[in-house]
Amino acid sequence: MATAVPIEVRNLTMAYGEYVVQHDINFTVNRGEIFIIMGGNGCGKSTLMRSLIGLQRPAKGTVLYDGEDFWHVEAAEHERLKRRLGVMFQGGAMWSSLTLAENVALPLGEYTDLSSHLIDEIVSFKLALVGLAGFEDFYPAELSGGMRKRAGLARALALDPEILIIDEPSSGLDPLTARHLDLLILELRENFGTTIVIITHELASILGIGDSSVFLDTQTRTMIATGNPREALQSGDPRVRHFLTRGEA
Amino acid sequence: MANKRDARQWRLATQPLDASTLEITFSGRWCLDQRLPAPDDLASTLTAGTSRLTFRTNLSSWDSAFLAYLSVLIRLCAARGIQADQDGLPEGVRHLLAMAAAGPEQKIAGRGEGRHNFLHRIGAAAVEFFHGAPEMLRFLGEVIFSFGHLLSGRIRLRWRDLWWEIEEVGPRALLIVSVISFLVGLILAYLGADQLRMVGAQIFIADLVAIGMVREIGALMTGIIIAGRTGSAFAAKLGTMQVNEEIDAFRTLGISPIDFLVLPRIIALMLMVPLLTLYSGFVGILAGLLISTTIFDIGLFEYYNETISALELKHFAVGLVKGSVYGAMVAYSGCLRGMQCGRSAEAVGEAATSAVVTSILLITISASILTILFYQLGI
Repeated sequence: MATAVPIEVRNLTMAYGEYVVQHDINFTVNRGEIFIIMGGNGCGKSTLMRSLIGLQRPAKGTVLYDGEDFWHVEAAEHERLKRRLGVMFQGGAMWSSLTLAENVALPLGEYTDLSSHLIDEIVSFKLALVGLAGFEDFYPAELSGGMRKRAGLARALALDPEILIIDEPSSGLDPLTARHLDLLILELRENFGTTIVIITHELASILGIGDSSVFLDTQTRTMIATGNPREALQSGDPRVRHFLTRGEA
Repeated sequence: MANKRDARQWRLATQPLDASTLEITFSGRWCLDQRLPAPDDLASTLTAGTSRLTFRTNLSSWDSAFLAYLSVLIRLCAARGIQADQDGLPEGVRHLLAMAAAGPEQKIAGRGEGRHNFLHRIGAAAVEFFHGAPEMLRFLGEVIFSFGHLLSGRIRLRWRDLWWEIEEVGPRALLIVSVISFLVGLILAYLGADQLRMVGAQIFIADLVAIGMVREIGALMTGIIIAGRTGSAFAAKLGTMQVNEEIDAFRTLGISPIDFLVLPRIIALMLMVPLLTLYSGFVGILAGLLISTTIFDIGLFEYYNETISALELKHFAVGLVKGSVYGAMVAYSGCLRGMQCGRSAEAVGEAATSAVVTSILLITISASILTILFYQLGI
């Protein structure tokens, strides 16, 4: 059942063997919110994302989707919860043996009863949304890194997920394309009520579109701030302000 | 209840407003998880007299399925010169349609032309093969050039890499070479026993197994095992380095990837495959001994003496030369295909497959040439 808090991270500790990446992470993401996970290089942002999407079991704590414990439900329920997520990986993670159209069409063919014609149209529409109209028949290896990344977003959007999790959407993109993606993210939230979690350290995106955020600290290996990133810039923790001003504050 | 059920269904209605204007009303739910109508169904509704299309909506929910449906409809209108007035659509729908239309569509020649016929594909494969031949020769030339640099002292071999490769291709292959060679020796002994028993010459099983394994089959089986095990690994590793631009990084630094990556692999295999060939012959002879003494009642010393008398130094020399050549063929094929690899995971798989096919083809060709050569030389 849908609640006002689709994502709740509770006492999460992530580790590789004995090495603790981050500990005691607690935050909630409200429905329709654009939530930013930020922090310096190597602070554990992508590891947190892997725990959010079911690729890495936390050492302690858990993640709740609409109150359901993602890491302690039955396997079938775990899979059902995963289908509510759309995930864009940092490098796009496009399947190299499939064309862009086939990549985007695969989840639609698997999980909907739509006609193949309508699926083709949806695929073209999604690719057009991310600025890749006409690239349907291209293989990922034939595209630049930025284009692969955008194609990855088109695939993440294929099933119009309730929750969209995006890893570093703007890195490697030119400023205009990055701005286009930010606008697209805002439109998705506006029109579909999509809850969007973005893992990034791109200041323009953090301050431009983020409603709320968590800051992961590399030194203490835990979160040191939550809340609106623009407010954090004005009056937040000095370490967060230092980060958001590129070390000038 | 009825209203709730209606709200869960899509509904579509068309109504002419005047002689040239048609209004389409979308209501209910237009989402991906439904079986929606095909957009082309509306094509017949857009009659010749229609010059303007307007929309009305009473939607309970919509998602990209609705947007895709509208996209087709708007494109259909454009193709027929009908003006599609989007004012009646929800604001969000109009925004997203505008965003999708904002980027110019790329039209690239030759894309989406469908599959070519069988003859065309054969022709294309032949052209590709003949284009590939100079590439193979060029790579061979680069390898020979690199060997020349090594012998003249212009480049230094990285011993740590060489030892690592030697360990990888030699000792770690012992188990699989043992198993295959034992089974091949066993098959050879059975095959020989069956025929030799008819003329009462079972003792010559020892000659057949010893000469067969040391001179021919040991090298051949080792070559094929190494092609599958090591040649494919070379291609996959170098191919992955291509994908990650590691080989480009060597080139931009002015370091020859042939010197750095290919040479240690070729040397390692040329050293290890002859040794594995000898080992394979030894294991095959052991298998023959086991079968002959336990199944065919040949004495242990009798078999041993027959083996010693059958084997001459030239048989070992032939086996070693063949092993060395097969090792070079496998290393060459694996490295060639790895260096030719494209920039995707798919291409890495193709490179590994191609390395094995090329290795076995080259092993077979060189085996034939060497056999004829040694026969002509009386060795």
